Amino acid sequence: MKILVPVKRVVDYNVKVRVKADQTGVEIANVKMSMNPFDEIAIEEAVKLKEAGVVTEIIAVSIGVTQCQETLRTALAMGADRAILVETTAEIQPLAVAKLLKAIVANETPQLVILGKQAIDDDSNQTGQMLAALLNWPQATFASKVTIANGEAEVMREIDGGMETVAIKLPAIITTDLRLNTPRYATLPNIMKAKKKQLDIITPESMGVDVTPRLKTLKVVEPAKRKGGIMVPDVATLVEKLRNEAKVI
Amino acid sequence: MATLVIAEHDNSSLKAGVTNTVAAAHKLGGDIHVLVAGSGCAGAATAAAAVAGVSKVLVADAAHYAGSVAENLAPLVVGIAKDYSHIMAGATAFGKNLMPRVAALLDVMQISDIVSVDSADTFVRPIYAGNAFATVQSSDAIKIITVRSTGFDAVAATGGNAVIENIAASADAGVSRVVKQELSKSDRPELAAAKRIVSGGRGLGDGDKYRAVLEPLADKLGAALGASRAAVDAGFVPNDYQVGQTGKIVAPELYIAVGISGAIQHLAGMKESKVIVAINKDPDAPIFQVADYGLVGDLFTLVPELTAAI
Ligand SMILES: Cc1cc2nc3c(=O)[nH]c(=O)nc-3n(C[C@H](O)[C@H](O)[C@H](O)COP(=O)(O)OP(=O)(O)OC[C@H]3O[C@@H](n4cnc5c(N)ncnc54)[C@H](O)[C@@H]3O)c2cc1C
Ligand SMILES: Nc1ncnc2c1ncn2[C@@H]1O[C@H](COP(=O)(O)O)[C@@H](O)[C@H]1O
Repeated sequence: MKILVPVKRVVDYNVKVRVKADQTGVEIANVKMSMNPFDEIAIEEAVKLKEAGVVTEIIAVSIGVTQCQETLRTALAMGADRAILVETTAEIQPLAVAKLLKAIVANETPQLVILGKQAIDDDSNQTGQMLAALLNWPQATFASKVTIANGEAEVMREIDGGMETVAIKLPAIITTDLRLNTPRYATLPNIMKAKKKQLDIITPESMGVDVTPRLKTLKVVEPAKRKGGIMVPDVATLVEKLRNEAKVI
Repeated sequence: MATLVIAEHDNSSLKAGVTNTVAAAHKLGGDIHVLVAGSGCAGAATAAAAVAGVSKVLVADAAHYAGSVAENLAPLVVGIAKDYSHIMAGATAFGKNLMPRVAALLDVMQISDIVSVDSADTFVRPIYAGNAFATVQSSDAIKIITVRSTGFDAVAATGGNAVIENIAASADAGVSRVVKQELSKSDRPELAAAKRIVSGGRGLGDGDKYRAVLEPLADKLGAALGASRAAVDAGFVPNDYQVGQTGKIVAPELYIAVGISGAIQHLAGMKESKVIVAINKDPDAPIFQVADYGLVGDLFTLVPELTAAI
């Protein structure tokens, strides 16, 4: 079976972003960009399923600017078989991403789409669930273990009180949590090989999908700064401060 | 204008965050209804009817709502959505799983994780792990929202007197089932709602030491226990202890970070705490930049000393 893995190009997780002075967004010029960490985990899981003989082809998809090709090349170097870039400079919000992915699913007919649970830039945590809704497929979000057998996916999910295992019928949507696996590094030979793999470029317009944003960002501000704290020399001082100054114990 | 709050519950009682979500609904003005969908959920419905400011509780009781799977709950919510201008749920694993599915079925963008209500269509939400806050305006006819509980002080869980109305259940989609749940049992307060939290990181070394060093302190303070991702990944504690961008967001009165370096992803989950104490042997650890009280030294001597002194 085929598997589709959407990968987003985001500001690297090690970068502490700065809000632009005019409050229109965050500064991303000259900032290191990488594949969304949850999407690396999604690619890794797809590659594992292929190695286990469950999956025959892995298609990575990214939606965004030309440079998303780099993200897709990383996915190809990790083991994806081919890639599709939906190229646009427009702001594409999760609902529109889900609609574009739905159109790709209609063309490619994968049995499984594995997405990250959240993109670490917009922190929306919604695209996978939306795609599941649009396709009328079952969903298993926040996966920390995936087993595919007998036309079903059995997925262990991270929920607030602990863990839950669900069984969903294929075709289905899975979103990854951090503990699902540890993504492999792309080796140099694989990076070289990835350069030769197929990467198709299409546009939202050619797919007939309306991607007009529904949310308008009015402003972006920095979080309130915490007032400076103090260092205390010893436990006795700490306890005294917590009792008499902060009054929390 | 009326707001529907989707209640997270265990059939007999409401989860802590529901009263915070109702508080967010209050900011909009207008009627507040609560949907309780479950299996044998009369207890939770009664609890919802008692929440201050709620005028009506809709109850959908059916066996296939037992596991709260989104495939079954989303059509139920969509079926009653036309009566509401806003539909809200907590930004918990439950709400995050369900609400985007509802939003897409209604062809609207979800507004995730709001921390403030500016007006009926404008909300504030954190982005980039809380390193920026965006004010966003929705042009959709119906607003689908998840609420970060730390952004809103809970309304009283009692004092309300809402009418309870049974509604018809939607059909069983039959595409997913819950095989099992392993919920961690603990006598401690729930992490997301705790007033005090003692949290441990990789510095604790292993699970036995985590428990030996932190449990006595948490016991004395009546605190919940939390952890960094590194501590969870290393298997010191279960995953539901994780505080941070991708774990739980907490804002207790007192947060004691022990052997935690203070990565941005961790800070994202706890820097709204009222008072932060950090204990770390590295004086340059970033956690000290957000701490009200920092103590440099070996946690294995300092924490037992602190426990003894309180
Ligand atoms: C996509 C993504 C999401 C993430 N989400 C989260 C999240 O939600 N929550 C989260 O916490 N992390 C998250 N992380 C991980 C995060 O980046 C850090 O790796 C993690 O928080 C580090 O945990 P730590 O502070 O326990 O470990 P470390 O960074 O290793 O720090 C251990 C600290 O213990 C101190 N120490 C060691 N021994 C002692 C001693 N004897 N006495 C006193 N101090 C001692 C050290 O000085 C050090 O500062 C995420 C990462 C990614 C990529
Ligand atoms: N522009 C995009 N291109 C490819 N995949 C995306 C894009 N936006 C979101 N996704 C996928 O959807 C997941 C969740 O994103 P979000 O709902 O924005 O938090 C990500 O981890 C990706 O797998």
